[in-house]
Amino acid sequence: MKRFMASAAFATALVLCCSMCYAEDMVQVKGSDTLINVVQKLAEEYMAKKPGTAIAVTGGGSGTGIAALVNKKCDIANSSRGIKAQEVADANVKGVDPKRIVVAIDALSIIVNANNPVNQLTVEQIGKIYRGETSNWKDVGGNDSPITLYGRQSNSGTYDFMKENVMRGEYSSKLKSMNGNAQIVEAIKQDASGIGYVGVGYAKDLAGINIVSVALTPVIGYFSPVDPINVKNGKYPITRPLNQYTNGIPVKTARDFILYELSAAGQAIVEKEGFYAIPDEYQRYNDNVLGRSYELGSRQKSMPVQGEYSK
Amino acid sequence: MGHSRFKEKMIHGLFFLNGLVAVIVLVGIFALLVTKSISAFREISLSQFLFSANWNPTATFVAPSYGIWSMIVSTFMVSLGALCIALPLGIGTAAYLSDVASARVREIVKPIVEILAGIPSVVIGFLGIVLVGPVIAKVFHTTNGLNALNGSILLAVMALPTIISLSEDALKSVPKSFEEASLALGATKWQTLVRVKIPAALSGIIAASMLGMGRAIGETMTVLMATGCALEMPKSFLDSVLTMTSTIAIELGEVPYNTTHYYALFAIGLVLFIITFVINMISDIILHRYEKVIK
Repeated sequence: MKRFMASAAFATALVLCCSMCYAEDMVQVKGSDTLINVVQKLAEEYMAKKPGTAIAVTGGGSGTGIAALVNKKCDIANSSRGIKAQEVADANVKGVDPKRIVVAIDALSIIVNANNPVNQLTVEQIGKIYRGETSNWKDVGGNDSPITLYGRQSNSGTYDFMKENVMRGEYSSKLKSMNGNAQIVEAIKQDASGIGYVGVGYAKDLAGINIVSVALTPVIGYFSPVDPINVKNGKYPITRPLNQYTNGIPVKTARDFILYELSAAGQAIVEKEGFYAIPDEYQRYNDNVLGRSYELGSRQKSMPVQGEYSK
Repeated sequence: MGHSRFKEKMIHGLFFLNGLVAVIVLVGIFALLVTKSISAFREISLSQFLFSANWNPTATFVAPSYGIWSMIVSTFMVSLGALCIALPLGIGTAAYLSDVASARVREIVKPIVEILAGIPSVVIGFLGIVLVGPVIAKVFHTTNGLNALNGSILLAVMALPTIISLSEDALKSVPKSFEEASLALGATKWQTLVRVKIPAALSGIIAASMLGMGRAIGETMTVLMATGCALEMPKSFLDSVLTMTSTIAIELGEVPYNTTHYYALFAIGLVLFIITFVINMISDIILHRYEKVIK
């Protein structure tokens, strides 16, 4: 019995010790599936440059990330959508003050199977397809074949973004809810009748799928999300900022990591992973949130303010 | 002497406590589910919750709706489908292992069957996406293989170990005299197995399949990955389905606490709990009856 007690005490001590080691300086990043690859890459590079720091990046969806931030279970919540009023209210009740940082720009890409002749759609057509009002490819200039809808689960920020900004209505009940961008891409590769939406970082340079060019109206013209110019000059109609939320203005390692993400090196990784670097207006917005003084002309786009982020 | 008696009492008490823990946990879970679910029914009527097929708690353009009928249908469809596949296979394997196979083969096959039970459900779900799905799409000429049939096949694989080992036990515990009498009357080995031993072990086999079904209903990750998760009421096994477990798994992570949506997810959990509880109870009753008959 005594021996049992001793071993139990030892085990408890071990667990306590481990959890303490974990808590120290480990930055927990959680949320968006769209952001997970790029933030993981950023974290790897950052940790390589700053030995001794630890950043853990996990997925689960934007809603899951924000819920974790509200419940103080993570330091940084990745989110491909804006925080909802209800979530802010819940956070405030728990003494959490969400602050938003924009880390990348996404051009939400509509993808179809490589054998599907449809290569352009209007925003209205996409809305009709996902609301279930258009259910055959022939109605949008394709073959006579039913449309199979692939989308994300309701904990996904991309699911919400589509609904609020593209469809402006509720999803068809025929929607297949997939567990992430990669799963949608896999499904579309196999399904000749499928349509899906993914972050542009997941759609580029892939065999077996076609990226649809999208028009706000046919008069303005159809634009591809893969061409950076279309996205930077705002011609591609479904772009969105990819966000990170922190509790209050980030401090210590979390802050340093965010500054790295916003630096020229960080933004280069963002572009390498297939997304787009944030424009000046969002850099200014971020500077404001982070409380960095912004002196026009004293630094170039994406360069960190002196002394804050150092290699 | 006094010391060892004290020790015995201590150990007795310890085991009693262990037994009690399981009961307390069960009662605790049930109480939690009930108390949380009750809040949901302040805003949703019970009949609407159970028998309407429209689930959209995060609706923003229309009023939110909380109906789980299509999920109940989907859950039973996938589980019963799994049972239809697993039962013949499971009983066949059990009969083979108990009556036909040599001791050597049995020693190899049995552990393999048991290892099957240890494969993580994500792995099986992944196989559903990359292997079973494309095969189904090819065989049935559908555009994709993420449907109820896919889920059923995978769950059948997962239920097999339970069904096989329990059915084998049941077949083994059929008294030797039954078999000898049958053979003495001139029946072949096949006739003895099919007409004497399997009927004699039937209640054990039924109990085994009920437990297998209980496992299938509660399984989450596999069906979440392989069934396509479309809310629409399924019309056939080739339609995508959304089961109750999938819904809870998808939505519980992000739902704001203490909202109707949150309570409604607990209510789904309660429905699931009651279903599996009833199934387990029935299998237990059958099993007990069967033990009495054999004695």
